[in-house]
Amino acid sequence: MYTNNKNNENSWLNRLTTITDMFAFPLKTSHYVELVNPLWTTHKMQAQVVEVWDETKDSRTITLKAGANWRKHRAGQHVRVGISVDGRQYTRTYTISSPPERDDGCFTITVKVIDGGRISRHIVRNLKVGDYIPVGLPQGDFYLPDASPIQPLFITAGSGITPAMSMLRSLIAQQRLPDSVHIHFAPNEFDVIFARELRQMSIQQKYYHLHEVHTRDFGEDKQTKAYFNLDQLQRFCPDWKERDCYACGPASLLSSLEKVWGEAGLSNKLHIERFLAEFAEVPSDAVGGKVRFAKSGIEVEADSETNLLRIAEDAGMNPPHGCRMGICHTCNTKLKSGCVRDLRTGELLNEVGAIVQTCVCATAGDCELDL
Amino acid sequence: MPTAKPLPVNLSNDQIDEFGREMDAIYEETLASRGEKDRLYILRLIRTQRSMALGGRILIYLGLLFLPAFSHALASWGSALIVMTLGVVLLGIAKILENMEIAHNVLHAQWDWMKDPEIQSNTWEWDNMSPSDRWMHSHNVVHHTWTNVVGKDLDVGYGIMRVTPMQEWEPKFLMQPIWFVLLMLLFEEGVALHEQVIIDVVEGKKDSKELRPIMKHIGRKVWGQVRKDYIMWPLAAALMALPAAMFVSVSPISIFLLVAVANGVANIIRNVWAFIIIFCGHFPEGVYSFTPDQVEGESKGQWYLRQLLGSANIQGGPLFHVLSGNLSHQIEHHLFPDLCSNRYPELSPRIQALAARYGLPYNTASIWRQFGTTWRNNLRLALPGGKMPPKVATV
Ligand code: FES
Repeated sequence: MYTNNKNNENSWLNRLTTITDMFAFPLKTSHYVELVNPLWTTHKMQAQVVEVWDETKDSRTITLKAGANWRKHRAGQHVRVGISVDGRQYTRTYTISSPPERDDGCFTITVKVIDGGRISRHIVRNLKVGDYIPVGLPQGDFYLPDASPIQPLFITAGSGITPAMSMLRSLIAQQRLPDSVHIHFAPNEFDVIFARELRQMSIQQKYYHLHEVHTRDFGEDKQTKAYFNLDQLQRFCPDWKERDCYACGPASLLSSLEKVWGEAGLSNKLHIERFLAEFAEVPSDAVGGKVRFAKSGIEVEADSETNLLRIAEDAGMNPPHGCRMGICHTCNTKLKSGCVRDLRTGELLNEVGAIVQTCVCATAGDCELDL
Repeated sequence: MPTAKPLPVNLSNDQIDEFGREMDAIYEETLASRGEKDRLYILRLIRTQRSMALGGRILIYLGLLFLPAFSHALASWGSALIVMTLGVVLLGIAKILENMEIAHNVLHAQWDWMKDPEIQSNTWEWDNMSPSDRWMHSHNVVHHTWTNVVGKDLDVGYGIMRVTPMQEWEPKFLMQPIWFVLLMLLFEEGVALHEQVIIDVVEGKKDSKELRPIMKHIGRKVWGQVRKDYIMWPLAAALMALPAAMFVSVSPISIFLLVAVANGVANIIRNVWAFIIIFCGHFPEGVYSFTPDQVEGESKGQWYLRQLLGSANIQGGPLFHVLSGNLSHQIEHHLFPDLCSNRYPELSPRIQALAARYGLPYNTASIWRQFGTTWRNNLRLALPGGKMPPKVATV
């Protein structure tokens, strides 16, 4: 899951390891290198926690030193990390909050505890300096274009600020911050992640215009003030139609943005990063069926809503997976026969050989997968 | 469903069912309690094992520097051999740990629950001539399903030995004390060739064409192992000795041979140890074998019962259990093959108590007794006849 084989530029090194691997057979040289320093391994990628920093009462920035084969991210990209809780390893995806310009080989992720979230809680509360965790390579296409200068409008909420933060920090580091408007939603002023840096930026950077919206009165549990709406947008950013909007936050916010931009006929100016796949409605006449896993020889009954990854895992298999929300494609497999439904779009896949992302597809009738 | 021929116990089917339910309860309770502690156990073990393997190889190399040819104060055959022996033993133990407490158990999917992509039954390749996937078939599927069923379980006699009086005697079994010793020394190679197809082809039941892909697959693995232990490591040592040969009288060829022999001995240490532990698990006195019609339509309770009657434990301390891959808890392993092995010791007293309540035997004894009676049976069964274990008189 975390292996990576990009090494072509070092072909002499490749040739050398082909030979040294013969000494380590059936393992790889890298398995022994790991004994010396886990960051030097190449058979998997790990990162070491070098610093933890509390941003707010329930969010923390973790600085990670990446191991061999790491590649620089683009501001706005995310990374998969593996976390062990109670002995079991889980994979989650987090945006990198540091700018790529940072050159000590470190990057940061900023994690907020989700209500009832075991993994995020574990990262925020238990991960400590010195720990090693598996990581993937930076991925994702939510980043600012390199070439064309644009005037961005950032709309973020809660921990959705992380990709915007990476972009802002990167632009500032490159000294090419264009005129930017940033609307950020948080329950109250103490819940704003990166609050100090943001407020300082808005004083020091003359092109950066920050609008914080606090949706609760201090000490209140319920939201008391307005969330996103068109009036507010007009007020904070009268020229929003001319800008490219980069938004990240909870699904409800993103769907109201989609509506506003859609109605204005500007959908192509809205760039959205989602952290939970939004599922299309499963039609009421959808049927489940028998799922056959060809390679494992397992056959189980499945309903029309449970994703096939879960079905496989419940059947005792451990198929490859990463993000579990349809972005990383680690879970891709081939459809051998039958029909599956993509839960995000409702689209049906029934061509033999079609690629199925098991984490976001459910069976539609009987199907057979190459797992 | 009643079995066609009952198991050798005086328990009613209801009692056997209840026995099975109690087993299930113990299993589920232990499954649910797995956690961080277990993960740290296997991670540490793997790290230790790899360090030992590396350490052993380095010591073997260091031993070469004490060869008399180097004529420094400490150089002598005595000190060279002592250092090399230490290295060989360390490497041998590392190989034992890898094969038994790590690979055997990983390949049983005991650690799949962690979802650690590095420690999964479907990706682990072990330090053994037998390719992991072939072994998982012959061991996990065939042996664990058909434990001690004569004619079904390939491990009963490995096709060359008579280990229960239920197997009919044939003159070829007169040879079996020799096979016993040979298999002990070449256990690794034996395991690699432990395939039903090979037997079928030898017996003329199948065409040799069917053998080719499997032999190719096994061959690739064997080559990797041979290349490592008998070519690469010795060769590297010989190459290092090459420049030295200009100044002192060391022959790179003898350096090559010394390292190759050292690695070979380490492999044999592992073979002998694995053989002893494994043979003590199923072939000492008091272990039951079964006929195919006894297992027909077997219930879960009857399956547990067969695993209990067909396996034997070896007593020893914690270190002994780790070195035996916890196959010293063969009974627990056969009852719960996919449960992390580090939990078998805590289960053992519970299983023993459960067996006692049902008046069932729980075959455990010292390694001397278990291996001694295994040998005795081997010699006795080389000749016709032999005594079946008595029916279990239950409370
Ligand atoms: S697990 Fe990432 S796309 Fe399915």
